Amino acid sequence: MSQATTHAANSPHLEPGEGEAGTVRAHHDHHELGFLRKWIFSVDHKVIGMQFLFSGLVFLALGGLMAMAIRYQLAWPWRPMPGLAWMFPATGGAISPEFYTMLFTMHGTIMIFFVMIPLLTGAFGNFLIPLMIGAPDMAFPKLNMFGYWAMVPAFFFILLGFFVEGGHAAGGWTSYPPLSTIESAAPGSLTGQTCWLLGLTWVGVSSMMGAVNYVTTIVKMRAPGLTMMRLPLTIWGLLITSLLQLFALPVLTAAGILQLLDRTLNTGFFTPTNLQVNNITPDSFLYGADAVGAAAGGQPLLWQHLFWFYSHPAVYILVLPAMGFTSDILAVHARKPIFGYKPMVYSMSAIAGLGFIVWGHHMFTSGMNPALGMTFMVSTVMIALPSAIKVFNWLGTLWGGRIHLRTPMLFACAFVSMFIIGGLSGIWMAATPVDIYIHDTYIVVAHFHYVVFAGSLFAIFAAAYHWFPKMFGRVMNETVGKVHFVGSFIFTNMTFYMMHQVGVAGLMRRTADPYAYDVYQHLQPINEFITISAFCMFAWQIFFVVNFFHSMFWGKRVGRNPWNAASLEWDAPSPPGHGNFDRQLEVYRGAYEFSSPDVAEDFIPQTRKL
Amino acid sequence: MRYFFTLMLLLVPILGVWTFVEADRWQLWFPQNVSSFGGEIDGLFNLILYMVGFTFIVTELALAWFVFKFSANRPGKAVFTHGSHKLEMIWTAIPAVALLFIAFSQMETWAKVKFESNFPKGGKYTKERPIAELWASQFDWRVCYPGDDGAIGTADDLERSYEFVVPVNTDIVFHLRSRDVIHSFFVPEFRLKQDALPGHTIPVWFRAEKEGIYDLVCAELCGWGHYKMSGRMTVVSQAEFDKRMADIKAEWFSNGKEQGQ
Repeated sequence: MSQATTHAANSPHLEPGEGEAGTVRAHHDHHELGFLRKWIFSVDHKVIGMQFLFSGLVFLALGGLMAMAIRYQLAWPWRPMPGLAWMFPATGGAISPEFYTMLFTMHGTIMIFFVMIPLLTGAFGNFLIPLMIGAPDMAFPKLNMFGYWAMVPAFFFILLGFFVEGGHAAGGWTSYPPLSTIESAAPGSLTGQTCWLLGLTWVGVSSMMGAVNYVTTIVKMRAPGLTMMRLPLTIWGLLITSLLQLFALPVLTAAGILQLLDRTLNTGFFTPTNLQVNNITPDSFLYGADAVGAAAGGQPLLWQHLFWFYSHPAVYILVLPAMGFTSDILAVHARKPIFGYKPMVYSMSAIAGLGFIVWGHHMFTSGMNPALGMTFMVSTVMIALPSAIKVFNWLGTLWGGRIHLRTPMLFACAFVSMFIIGGLSGIWMAATPVDIYIHDTYIVVAHFHYVVFAGSLFAIFAAAYHWFPKMFGRVMNETVGKVHFVGSFIFTNMTFYMMHQVGVAGLMRRTADPYAYDVYQHLQPINEFITISAFCMFAWQIFFVVNFFHSMFWGKRVGRNPWNAASLEWDAPSPPGHGNFDRQLEVYRGAYEFSSPDVAEDFIPQTRKL
Repeated sequence: MRYFFTLMLLLVPILGVWTFVEADRWQLWFPQNVSSFGGEIDGLFNLILYMVGFTFIVTELALAWFVFKFSANRPGKAVFTHGSHKLEMIWTAIPAVALLFIAFSQMETWAKVKFESNFPKGGKYTKERPIAELWASQFDWRVCYPGDDGAIGTADDLERSYEFVVPVNTDIVFHLRSRDVIHSFFVPEFRLKQDALPGHTIPVWFRAEKEGIYDLVCAELCGWGHYKMSGRMTVVSQAEFDKRMADIKAEWFSNGKEQGQ
């Protein structure tokens, strides 16, 4: 401790992040900051994490409401929504087809780019990385601040789109041209799509700053003794995610700018020759001369390749941190070391590596050369292998444990249970001939909601319950947490499971009124069941909201390490002050030394010297 | 509480399997198949269903069992182990073989349905002389049959909107095109889907083995009216098909081409 005090005394004006890795920053000797510096223009990774957390939760509610409207329309097409006539005076409260296409476009966009990525990497990444590696802050605290502030124009543009003429983007979250680039193709392609592109570009800028920061921090600022192979798997997940973002994101940003040019400067990167949009019918509809973009010469498939080159790795960006959280939470609450730590790290790396060569599986029926489909099938099927290894190792971690079924553990077990479903159903989609039939059907919707909603969002809930004591120095109410879990788990499965069978029956995504087709008419009752389940699931989240905010102020106070976990963040005070740690850290072992026969307790903190 | 949560985890495989078993009875399963390759696609779907179903049941049961058995109530410490090299090898090798088996089992059917080099040849409406061009546009389908000269894009072409008539038990090749945005040709009963890509002519083949009227569905988001971009796939006998073509021709030339549009 004397060494620590000396160090702090010698460098009283260090900004967080400066100084040697693992050095000590006495948090209480820092001068008080004003409200603006402390909460708004903060360079403290914990506050920035909170900013991402709260804006992510607000957008989660918005995206959730959109999902409810989508489900309402699918159960009772064109029926006015009760109490919403004021919002849609033209239709008396009913959803118009234009509005419906906008709804699912923006539901997907918001959930992926404004909820899941900011929550996983922005909120938990920011909060946990310095704490779990024993650093006083991020490597570049100011860049970190800019990372959040780059989200502000993103919020602005993505919200602005709702109020422009023609409404927000309505070309699907995938924004395939020419639908998204030709103004007369869809109302949302008037101005909304431009807002969409600008919003996404700013999200990209934010993610890029974050990713640079996370990688540098993890590589350069680990506490003494914390080798890479002693890192918690959460940190591995976040590191690999950041690398994915660094390599994939520039492609999306570039593609977005190309599409922006197509829209604003009438370039023709994605616009083919001789397009005739919006029923402009020349003399012969076959080979008309009077065509839109008569000499554009672009390729719609080029966008699909560029978009999926980012957006498929983005799927792993959405799930790798969640896998990390789950691994840590399972080990802590089962009091067991991670089963197969190194295979876990290798399989995460394999997922990331293979993730770059599977994007074509989104394009099996797109008109891409079918021979390419064959190679993408093999790589896609093989990516199931590292995922399977991870599931087996999670089961191995639970085996022989002493499992405490606290709320975070329940959510982590639910993640495993539902990730299995989402992972296995992916194999159908990978299989090219089967995909001919199930492509763009509800089985795809079931699949990615099982991975991203039932998987990643449940892992976020688990992480929220697990690290809440570190964030606020209090625990969330356990009984209310369990109630939240039970309803969420049941209603989530009721909502998404039957979508598999609906998809096998051939029901397509993105149709405002599927019952216009004879072949889908008998599916209305099951869609009604799904909708009611979804409403219940949405309403049930009130238990989380109330518990979260109530516990923030009035929850039971706890000490540094309420779960008896072994990783470094539990060495810091709860909540940690500016600079995080109040003593010199020295790491002697990995983060999962639970139930070791060498000591009387059932865990050995990473910092304890035996 | 442990019993309760175990039961919840157990319900996943139990209800999960039950809904798949009952799905057919609830009409939540494949619509009838009428195409020559549809049976193979259903078979491959079922092959994967059985393989992933087995994995699903085993892993979900293991999860529920471990949560029940290894509760914190039991005395002593948890088992102290960091893993097992042997187990890792086993559960890497077995899924790897199974997955490669799945991948390779798909290739033949994929090549048969989508590879142009494998398209049926030498028939009445095959590669050399496609039966029609199918044009997609917001938000309708138009069929352009060649006239007597057998070539598309000439003055005697016959156009017809909404309904695509084809003869039964015949190999059919048609050319799929789009006038504006991306659309997708999907007939659930044929197990056939192909995007229509503006700027491209994409050949598609199928062989319908049962007469009837089937929904032609647009499966790729194409704008606000995507949901109503329906068409009709009518499969009739060869004699009926010839009669229909004569009718279309008579109608087309008596009313002037404007009628067709």
